[in-house]
Amino acid sequence: MLDRTKAPEFREIGHISLKEPVKKQFANGLPVYVFHSPEQELVRIEWIFENKYLDVQNENPLLNSALSALLKEGTMSMSSAEIADKVDFYGAFLVPEYSFDVTSLSLYTLNRHSQVLLPLVKDILTEASIPQEELDTYLRNNKQKFQVSIQKNDYLARRKFYNLVFGESNRYGRTPKLDDYDAINRDQLIALYQKEIVPSNCTLVVSGNVSDNLMKELEQIFGFEWPDDTAVTTANNPVFIQDAGGIAYEEKENALQSAIRLGNQTISRTHPDYPALQFVNTLLGGFFGSRLMRNIREEKGYTYSIGSAVATLKHTGFLTIATEVGVDVTNATLTEIEKEINLLKTTLAMDEEVELVKTYMEGSMLGSLESIFSHADKFKNVLLNDMSLTYYSYYMEQVKNMTPEKVRDIANKYLDFNQMIKVVVGKFNQLEPIHQAVVN
Amino acid sequence: MVSYQKFTLENGLRVLVHEDHNTAMACVNILYDVGARDESPEQTGFAHLFEHLMFGGSVNIPSFDTELQKVGGENNAFTSNDITNYYITLPSSNLETALWLESDRMLSLAFSPQSLEVQRNVVSEEFKQRYLNQPYGDAWLKLRPLAYKVHPYRWATIGKELKHIEDATMEDVKAFFKLHYNPQSAIMVVSGDVHYEEVKSLVQKWFGDIDPGQKYNRQLPQEPIQKELRRETAFAPVPLDALYMAFHGPARLEDGYFAMDLLSDILSRGSSSRLYRRLVKEERLFSELNAYVMGSIDNNLFVIEGKPSEGISLEEAERAVWGELDLLKKELVSNTELEKVKNKIESTNVFAELSILDKAMNLAFHELLGDADGINTEVSKYLAVTAQEVQVQAQAIFNPENASVLMYKAQEEEIRHVG
Repeated sequence: MLDRTKAPEFREIGHISLKEPVKKQFANGLPVYVFHSPEQELVRIEWIFENKYLDVQNENPLLNSALSALLKEGTMSMSSAEIADKVDFYGAFLVPEYSFDVTSLSLYTLNRHSQVLLPLVKDILTEASIPQEELDTYLRNNKQKFQVSIQKNDYLARRKFYNLVFGESNRYGRTPKLDDYDAINRDQLIALYQKEIVPSNCTLVVSGNVSDNLMKELEQIFGFEWPDDTAVTTANNPVFIQDAGGIAYEEKENALQSAIRLGNQTISRTHPDYPALQFVNTLLGGFFGSRLMRNIREEKGYTYSIGSAVATLKHTGFLTIATEVGVDVTNATLTEIEKEINLLKTTLAMDEEVELVKTYMEGSMLGSLESIFSHADKFKNVLLNDMSLTYYSYYMEQVKNMTPEKVRDIANKYLDFNQMIKVVVGKFNQLEPIHQAVVN
Repeated sequence: MVSYQKFTLENGLRVLVHEDHNTAMACVNILYDVGARDESPEQTGFAHLFEHLMFGGSVNIPSFDTELQKVGGENNAFTSNDITNYYITLPSSNLETALWLESDRMLSLAFSPQSLEVQRNVVSEEFKQRYLNQPYGDAWLKLRPLAYKVHPYRWATIGKELKHIEDATMEDVKAFFKLHYNPQSAIMVVSGDVHYEEVKSLVQKWFGDIDPGQKYNRQLPQEPIQKELRRETAFAPVPLDALYMAFHGPARLEDGYFAMDLLSDILSRGSSSRLYRRLVKEERLFSELNAYVMGSIDNNLFVIEGKPSEGISLEEAERAVWGELDLLKKELVSNTELEKVKNKIESTNVFAELSILDKAMNLAFHELLGDADGINTEVSKYLAVTAQEVQVQAQAIFNPENASVLMYKAQEEEIRHVG
């Protein structure tokens, strides 16, 4: 008779092995990383550019994202419509992406079509014309989207959070305002394009079925035919100044839910404690079985979802906890979050819980390596911080070595509710203060 | 090409196995043949609430999530108007744990009052977060009852109103489980780093003795043919007007479905598509504009939604959309344009084969439609569609008497605080 109360025996999770890229360098100095998987029919080619600073202090926060979006909106020889037609006709995807630190252009295509599409990408990277008309359309449409976004409490909370955590004198902390859309102009974009979209500021990552022929074409077009004669000057690193901890509150009279976001700057992936902090974050709010989810969603039903995350940027890292809760439980939620953070610092977790988080993290690492493209993604993560793939063996080893004591120590070292920036957009009872004065 | 093998247990559970040894993970996907369309009009949102309760402990296992996390797995689920779909991904060495967990909740839930109480709150917060506390969040709560008068597609999966969720009782939960959650109404797909014979014996071990249950006999009222244009205007404190247009179209298995889907691609897929190219970029009448097909198993909707640019009235915006739709009725699409959207279907299909979870979900859905092999043969059905068939579909669908138009208007700032 089957005993359904007993779980099947646990079996060790298989060894995690990351695929190393083959590294090459083209004649113009362009570094190329190749992740070859011959059974694929697809290839993904990514041109990754570091975002340059023209003016650290007064940079328009839309500048890099606008450049990224406008790259494929016209070149000296092709219109936006012609580019779109060609990419779509071959069933390909040409995706510009933008983050705080990098701008990239990714081409996803079936192998057999790469040959016709590479010259198009070359055109975009060397001869983009950023037509005024396209810029106007982009700004007009995004201004409208922006107006919708600022009606969303979670968007407002996130924006305020970045302002306060990084300070508004740099790219991480400055968020777009409506008049930033009017202030941006084509000359600034052209200047940035000329400085940023150059081989000496580019890394090429090629994954999927990377045939010898494809490599030859890439080398011809993006090595020999893409001369690098621009010396890229690097601006000084920006300075990030976090505001004093406190509650920033924006009242929304008719809100049904409050958006809550709190956290602070913290260590990044380059710090030896980073994997341990990721572990504590996972246990606190990083997965469905985390303490915040269990307490605030699964026990109390205050929210549909709550989570925490530790993220790495090029120049710093940050910790954030975010949720949207019924307005009547806004204060109660903040109190519970504080309780959970303090509990981590004062009371040892059970061995069982620590073991569960370890296994969960191992499983999720294994699960994040589904295809050759995910191996390339892992590599890109560490590349941003000038680290190598050995980081992941260190990471997994640190996770394996976690103990209840280590969890408590790391929590004490890196988590301090009082020092955290706290943002509430919605409704919040100020007569029932949560330990801190309201700052604005 | 997704290869698979299939077997059926004596109790009626259908099982498909797809081996993919490029990964070290396994996926267990269980589709239950029940969705919001199977709810009573007085108790909407129940299928979705029930999905939440499936994680509240089963008869022999107090915590589904904890047991899964202990072996390095993750899971989630979704409910649509047609189906409820649960999935687990985990390291393949622990596949049996996933089968143990899923079999126990198919056997019976714990029916914990505390779980019901909490999940009613969680779902109420989900209702607020997604539909009520978001600009335009309630548009679909208005559009569905405008487009459907009889068929249960007239309510959204979240339900018609918060009250239906708040009023759910344990009796209702038990009755729903009995009616819909049994081996006969489930399709299971196991994919990834697994071996057919091993899966077969483990499935037999854990699912073999579950009672087949009663066969649910679906009898849904069919939507009568719409005969006149329907219009509704809504006012809300949003910054911009929005336009929603919905047209009835062929069901998922009816002739013409693929032609209709290609119509949505011609209009709206990629930045070379007609609506984007002409109405957003050239004429600048919209800041955003999209067209898509719901993909429903019964009577479908073809939907167009967009936000007019500043200074453009909803009436003017709507006229421009009709202009594009009329063009599709009058003129055959060119071979190049048709080939373009077909090429995209082909390449997207290759992308979908990268993920063992996507493959598992797709296999289960095609099996529900009648043949799992649809996952492999569907592309050829798209490729076979001719320009004439596309035109015939456009002529059949894009007519005022088949349209429901929702004008979602931005309320003036001054009246925002009234009421």
